[in-house]
Amino acid sequence: MIATRDAYGETLAELGAENENIVALDADLSGSTKTGVFAKKFPQRFFNMGIAEANMVGTAAGLASVGKVPFLSTFAIFAAGRAWEQIRQSVAYPKANVKVVATHGGVTVGEDGGSHQSVEDIAIMRAIPNMTVIVPADGEETKGAIRAAAAYKGPVYVRLGRNKVPSVFAAGHQFVIGKGCQLVDGTDLTFVTTGLMTAQAVIAAERLKAEGISARVVHIGTIKPLDKELLLQAAEETGAIITAEEHSVVGGLGGAVAELLSEECPTLMKRVGIHDRFGTSGKSEELLKYFGLNAETLVEEAREIVTRKK
Amino acid sequence: MKEKIAELEEKARRLRVAIVKSLHKSQSGHTGGSLSAIDMICALYFHKMRHNPQEPAWDGRDRFVLSKGHAAPALYVALAEAGYFPSEDLMMLRRLGSHLQGHPDSKQTPGVDVCTGSLGQGLSMANGMALGLKLDGKPNRVYAVLGDGELQEGQVWEAAMAAAHYKSDNLCALIDANRLQIDGFVEKVMNVGSIAEKFRSFGWNVIEIDGHDMRAIVDALDAAEAHQGAPTAIVAATVKGKGVHLFENKAAYHGVTPNDQELPEALKCLGCFD
Repeated sequence: MIATRDAYGETLAELGAENENIVALDADLSGSTKTGVFAKKFPQRFFNMGIAEANMVGTAAGLASVGKVPFLSTFAIFAAGRAWEQIRQSVAYPKANVKVVATHGGVTVGEDGGSHQSVEDIAIMRAIPNMTVIVPADGEETKGAIRAAAAYKGPVYVRLGRNKVPSVFAAGHQFVIGKGCQLVDGTDLTFVTTGLMTAQAVIAAERLKAEGISARVVHIGTIKPLDKELLLQAAEETGAIITAEEHSVVGGLGGAVAELLSEECPTLMKRVGIHDRFGTSGKSEELLKYFGLNAETLVEEAREIVTRKK
Repeated sequence: MKEKIAELEEKARRLRVAIVKSLHKSQSGHTGGSLSAIDMICALYFHKMRHNPQEPAWDGRDRFVLSKGHAAPALYVALAEAGYFPSEDLMMLRRLGSHLQGHPDSKQTPGVDVCTGSLGQGLSMANGMALGLKLDGKPNRVYAVLGDGELQEGQVWEAAMAAAHYKSDNLCALIDANRLQIDGFVEKVMNVGSIAEKFRSFGWNVIEIDGHDMRAIVDALDAAEAHQGAPTAIVAATVKGKGVHLFENKAAYHGVTPNDQELPEALKCLGCFD
C-alpha cells in the first residue's frame, strides 16, 4: 500500500538527479503534493509560487519555453479547476512541455469536503486539445507514468490521490502512454476502470467468479488518448461494459468510453462514479462507500448487466 | 546616438504604415493598441534585443512576450521587417491557412516564442523564461509588453509578486498605458490607479516615460538592463492609435480596422504617399 502522491514525490526526485532540466513548481502545498521531496534535493530547481495557481501555470509555460521540463503540482481542484484557462492557453495551445501533476483528486480528499474534492478534472482536462490525461491505479503505475510523462514532449495531466491504495501492478511495471491493461480475463462483461477503482474491480471479478459470472478487468491508465483497440475488443468479446472511476460520470472515463462505443460498437453499458453531484466531508473510506465506489457496487452492477444482457 | 534614434523613428514610421496596410487588408484586428505599442516594439527589435531572424530559435536570443496579444500586427510587422518571414505575409493576417493568427501563435509564426492573447498571462510566462534562463546562468533578457487595461487581470499581480520575489532582474515589463480599453477609458471601466506605484510596491524598479519618445524608450531599456536585484517596469504613457489622427484616443478603434475611405488619409498622416 502506497499513496500515488508518495510514488510521485519519490520518482520526481529520482528524475531530478537524472535530468537537470527538470524543475518543479508548487502553490504552497509541496508537503501534500510531495514535490517537497524534490525541493529538498534540488532547492535551486524548485519554485514555490505561493497560493497563486494561475501564475504557477504561466511560469511553468515560460520555463518550458526556455528548455526546462516543469512539473507543477497542487490539488486537482486548483490545478484543473482554478487554472483551467491558463492550462488551455499557456500550456496546451502552444503544446508546451509542461507536466501538471495534480494530487488529491476525487472524494478521497476526505474531511476537507466538497470544495476540495475534484470530481470534474478528468472531464475538463480531456476536453482540451493536445492534452494527455493519465490516472494511475497505484504507486507502481504512478512511477512509470511520471517517467513516461517526463520522456514525452508535450502537455500531460496526471491525476493522483491522497490516500494509500492497494497495489495492482508488480514492481517494474512498464507504463506506456495510451495503452490500457487487461488485468483479468473474462467473457460475460468487462469492468473498465481507472485510478483506485481498478483494485476494486479486481476484487469484484474474483467474487463474481464464485457466482459463475466471468468478469474481465481492463485498466485504463491513460484516459486520453484512449486505448480504443483494447476497449473495442472487450466490448465485442464480452458484450457488456461497466466503467468505474472516482470522478463524475459526466465526461470522465465513463463519458470517454461511451463516446467511443456508441459510435464504433454500441454495447450495453453502465457507468459507476459520482452521479452529477459534489463531494462532502467524511473519512475517505466512508466516502467511497457513501458514493458506491467499491467492489460491492461493482458486483451488484455486474449481476444486473448480465441479467440485462439475456 | 542621435542618428540611431532618428533611424529608429523612421523605422517606427514605416512599421506604422505596415500595420495600417495589414489591418486594412485583413479588415479584422486591433488598430489602436498596435499603433500605441509600436515605438517600444521597434526599439526592442531594432535596438535592444539580441536575436537572429535567420535562426529564430537561436539559443543566445533575448525573449519577447506580447502579453497584450491583440497588438499582434505590431509584432508581425516588426518580425517581417527584421526578416523572420516575407513582408507579403502581412497581407494574409488573420486569413484561414495563414501563419499570422489573430493572436500570436508560437506553433506557427517564426520568431514567436509563446502563445498569448488571453490577457493577463504573458507576464507569468515571461517570468518563467527569466527564471529558466537564470537557472542556466545565461545572460539573455526577457521583455514583455502589457496593456494598461490588461492590468485589471489579477494574474498580472500574481506574476508581479513572483518576479520581485525571485529577483528576476533579467525581466523587463513595458506597460503600454494608452488609457483606453474596448469599453472606454480604463479609469472609467475599472480604474487601475497608479501603475507605477503598484509595481513599485511589489518591489519592482519602475521607470516612467513617454512611450512615443524614442530616446526615452532607448534610455529606459538601457537603465532596465543595468538595474540589478529586481525586475523593471517601464510605464509608458502612450496614445491609442498614435500616428493617425483618425484613430487617436478613440476606444472605437480598439478592434476596428481602417476602411477604404480612411486608408488614404491614414497613410498620408504617416507620410506614405504610394
